[in-house]
Amino acid sequence: MATLMLRIRIEEKTFPGDDGQRRTIFCALSLDIADGQVCVLTGPSGVGKSTLLSIVSGIDREFRGSVSGRAPPSGMLFQTPRLLPWLTALRNVELAVPGRAPDAARWLAAVGLKGHEQDYPQRLSGGMARRVALARALAVEPALLLLDEPFASLDEATAQAMRNLLQDSFAKRRPTTLLVTHDLAFASSLGDRVIVLEGSPARIVRDVAISRRDDAGSARFKLGSPAQ
Amino acid sequence: MTEVSAITTNIQRWQSAAALLAMVLAWQIAASVAADRLFPGPVQVVSVLLHEAVRGDLLYHLCISLARVAASLGAAILIGAGLGFAAGRSRRADVWMRPWIVLLLNMPALITVILIYIWLGLAETALVLAVALNKIPNVVVTIREGASRLDKDFAEMAELYRFGRAAKLQHVVLPQLAPFFLVTLRSGLALTWKVVLLAELLGRSNGVGFQLQVYFQNFDVTHILAYAISFGVVMLAIEFGLLVPLERRLLAWRR
Repeated sequence: MATLMLRIRIEEKTFPGDDGQRRTIFCALSLDIADGQVCVLTGPSGVGKSTLLSIVSGIDREFRGSVSGRAPPSGMLFQTPRLLPWLTALRNVELAVPGRAPDAARWLAAVGLKGHEQDYPQRLSGGMARRVALARALAVEPALLLLDEPFASLDEATAQAMRNLLQDSFAKRRPTTLLVTHDLAFASSLGDRVIVLEGSPARIVRDVAISRRDDAGSARFKLGSPAQ
Repeated sequence: MTEVSAITTNIQRWQSAAALLAMVLAWQIAASVAADRLFPGPVQVVSVLLHEAVRGDLLYHLCISLARVAASLGAAILIGAGLGFAAGRSRRADVWMRPWIVLLLNMPALITVILIYIWLGLAETALVLAVALNKIPNVVVTIREGASRLDKDFAEMAELYRFGRAAKLQHVVLPQLAPFFLVTLRSGLALTWKVVLLAELLGRSNGVGFQLQVYFQNFDVTHILAYAISFGVVMLAIEFGLLVPLERRLLAWRR
């Protein structure tokens, strides 16, 4: 049995609403994720998936509760690429892995951006900028990887290449991963578990383990079966 | 640059040169008509300017004034940026500083200079302090604006990827503040050299301001204009030789 790594306990997380009242996003949400497990988070837009990633990453500390078992380094693909516009693509990746410039270049090549190392983010398309951000997230060799809609704004061919890249990367090294996506076909091929969030405040309505058919290398859901 | 915009820029340059030439011509004609020693023409002024520059006095006084501008502006930016950053990042610091800033912003430079001279004596440090005090509130206001607009997303990204303090400052904070520093440097230069001249006139025995006072006592308008033009030329040289290249370098990524 894998070592339990992440214990997420959110007693309450609120946001200020438009009417001045605070809106509760999470209330008594509890989630354990085992070391090296790839956990797919899905659910309707605005339910709080990205907020959950921010809480797990440690950058959002404005909630009641705790996240324990988080070991550095973390890599995160945010909803927007968050590249520093005054630095080239290569420098953006390099900054996350100081002293490991060749690794930064290698990861940029891996996401298909060889030849764009010296481009500034504003010269890159939205999809290219997202790939730079993905290269940065993977280059740190994260113990915890958080991916927020990694294939949004990518054309189908590039999205497929990125799926393959993630699969290859996970085959070599499998960090504990929380992945927000609506692409359940992909989720089933990569993830160990699918968690469906719904409602307001959001709660886990499905927690589904994914079993793989070794012969075909593909996977299918076993709906309703608990992950642990 | 497209061909059309290059042509437009060239036309604008020629128009500026023509406007300048027209101004010099009008000045020469007016001076010839007035034929008065209190209203010298450009030829006279430029010949005095060259003579003063070659003889050495002008360069000496110019260098002294420039050193004072550099010291005062440097001190103002250093102190003002620190205070402005604190005010931009902390509501409490902003509340505490606001009345002081408003007071100093509205204080005439003349009053600050006179008071500091009275309290500290007619010394070099008094001049630098008085001039810096005039500029500090402007720096605080500008940098406060920049600091309050620092992108939260970048700060979160830097935190997640565990950038060191130095890397955060160098690659995340300062590049966002660069346009605000450029504004404060440019407006600071314009304000500081005027106040330096005033402070020299009131309490120093060298510098362009002191020389202007001497020539004022003699009603020597030719020398007054020669010194004024020399300082203007130096400021233009700083703008195009230093600030514009600096701006290009700092904001290269926007192109």
